[in-house]
Amino acid sequence: MAQFLFLLFAIFTVLCAVGVVVNKNAVNASICLILCLVGVAGLFVQLDAYLLAFVLLLVYAGAVAALFLFIVMLLDVQGKETFGLRGFRTIAGFVAFALLLAGIGSVALKGQIVSSPPVSVAAGAQLKLYAYQLFTTYLLPVQIIGFLLLISMLGVIVLSKKHEIAEDAK
Amino acid sequence: MFDFYFEIPLVIRLILQGLAVIMVIFPIAGACSMAERKVAAWIQDRPGPNRATVPWVAWIPFLGKFLQRLGVFHVMADGGKMMFKEDSLPGHVNKFYFVLAPIVAMVPALTTVVAVPFGAYFDAAGKLIPLGLAPLDIGMLAVFAVSSLGVYSAILAGWASNSKYPFLGSVRASAQLISYELSMTLAVLPVFLWVNAPGTEGTMGFARVVEFQSQPGFLGGMWFGFLMPISAFIFLVALFAETNRQPFDTVESESDLVGSFHTEYGAFKWGLFFVAEYSHMIVGSGVFMLLFGGGWNPLPWVSLATAVDFLGTFLPFAHAPLFVGILSIAIFMGKVLAMIFFFMWVRWTLPRFRYDQVMKIGWQKLLPLSIANLLFYAIAIALIQK
Repeated sequence: MAQFLFLLFAIFTVLCAVGVVVNKNAVNASICLILCLVGVAGLFVQLDAYLLAFVLLLVYAGAVAALFLFIVMLLDVQGKETFGLRGFRTIAGFVAFALLLAGIGSVALKGQIVSSPPVSVAAGAQLKLYAYQLFTTYLLPVQIIGFLLLISMLGVIVLSKKHEIAEDAK
Repeated sequence: MFDFYFEIPLVIRLILQGLAVIMVIFPIAGACSMAERKVAAWIQDRPGPNRATVPWVAWIPFLGKFLQRLGVFHVMADGGKMMFKEDSLPGHVNKFYFVLAPIVAMVPALTTVVAVPFGAYFDAAGKLIPLGLAPLDIGMLAVFAVSSLGVYSAILAGWASNSKYPFLGSVRASAQLISYELSMTLAVLPVFLWVNAPGTEGTMGFARVVEFQSQPGFLGGMWFGFLMPISAFIFLVALFAETNRQPFDTVESESDLVGSFHTEYGAFKWGLFFVAEYSHMIVGSGVFMLLFGGGWNPLPWVSLATAVDFLGTFLPFAHAPLFVGILSIAIFMGKVLAMIFFFMWVRWTLPRFRYDQVMKIGWQKLLPLSIANLLFYAIAIALIQK
């Protein structure tokens, strides 16, 4: 049963991920992205990582992808212009592809991802463990990410303000 | 007595339980649309729907007339009408997403029920066991996560309809739902700060929240609605906005957007949007009652255990798990229905906000208030629970 569910969600996720790249219609691609996120959340649930699954749904599928779809519809991008492979884009594409190959290769050569032995946690204590880790071991990354978000927020405020002044000048 | 049930394979049992809950939610959601018309009529001092009746029921001397005047048969008439109407598909729509949107509306609305416990019973050791489909310890997050997917139905319906007003409506829907989600999330945090006292296991589940509201003593038995009135208020306002209810139903607003995202829909597809809206209301009211209204406790400072002990003085079977379970579900459903009546009451009392007012309330009033509220309770709880 677990094997079957894993295969189901894994195939679903990969197909949706391919759909994101292949689809020319931007709306279809966004929908595929959302379905892909839902599939990944399903995989997380099978790993007993309920918190990750629901946070993924809440933040990415619920809010970020909704904004993607919102923007796509607002701009009415229909994928008429195809992006050719040229210049920087080509290099970036090849680098990303090489990284992906290297990642898959390293896993395939080693046979399995060596992870720390699973800590047996009482059913309810998982959340507390997460929170504790975030506030102790991973405090610095959390702070840095928070700072990044703050910068991007300030950037948005500055950009939108500038736009307003330019319109007033007209 | 029920041993045969536990011999059924687990998967089939879970499917049966899920279906049982849907079989309750779906008709209630349908009946709510009827209740809405009747409540509107009462508030506006007119009889409301009172004509439809089934012949052989009308012959019952007193009850028949009473049910007819109450308008209960209009539920069936409306449902039948939606079923048998021509289900037209306009020529100018994106067919795939047009058909998909009502389904996307229904699925999250019914899935959120999974994480919401709706009753409880005491096992042989006197321990409280909550009744629910999935006893997740991240219940609140699960509800937020899944219900946030509901926005896609409005977005897809508006976009696929390929006409002006539905599109405007879907743009409004996505902006409004995302805006109010923030204050809603911040408003419930004090509750979970208080519930996750030092020395306890961490949880975001609802059962613990209710457990905390049924302790002995003045502070212990106090419902969180009294302990954290501002949280409750923010949550309530955000709930109105999230479920697109008046005074926040700028998404539908038939006066300027002609019904917006469901303008192009008809028959049963249109009906599904409404059932989804009422399902969201039912689940939202349930969550509100669990967090701030004491869950399945009958009264403030009177917990379910106390009530059962009191009933036990003159009812011999009061302590039977089956009776306690049914009693707690009845109490909880009563509260949820009262809450839904409140939703309708507000709808026919307050005028609709303008769209810019909705955004202003969300970002400039509710969000700062919820952040201040969170800070205040974080400091207060740290001092009290030290």
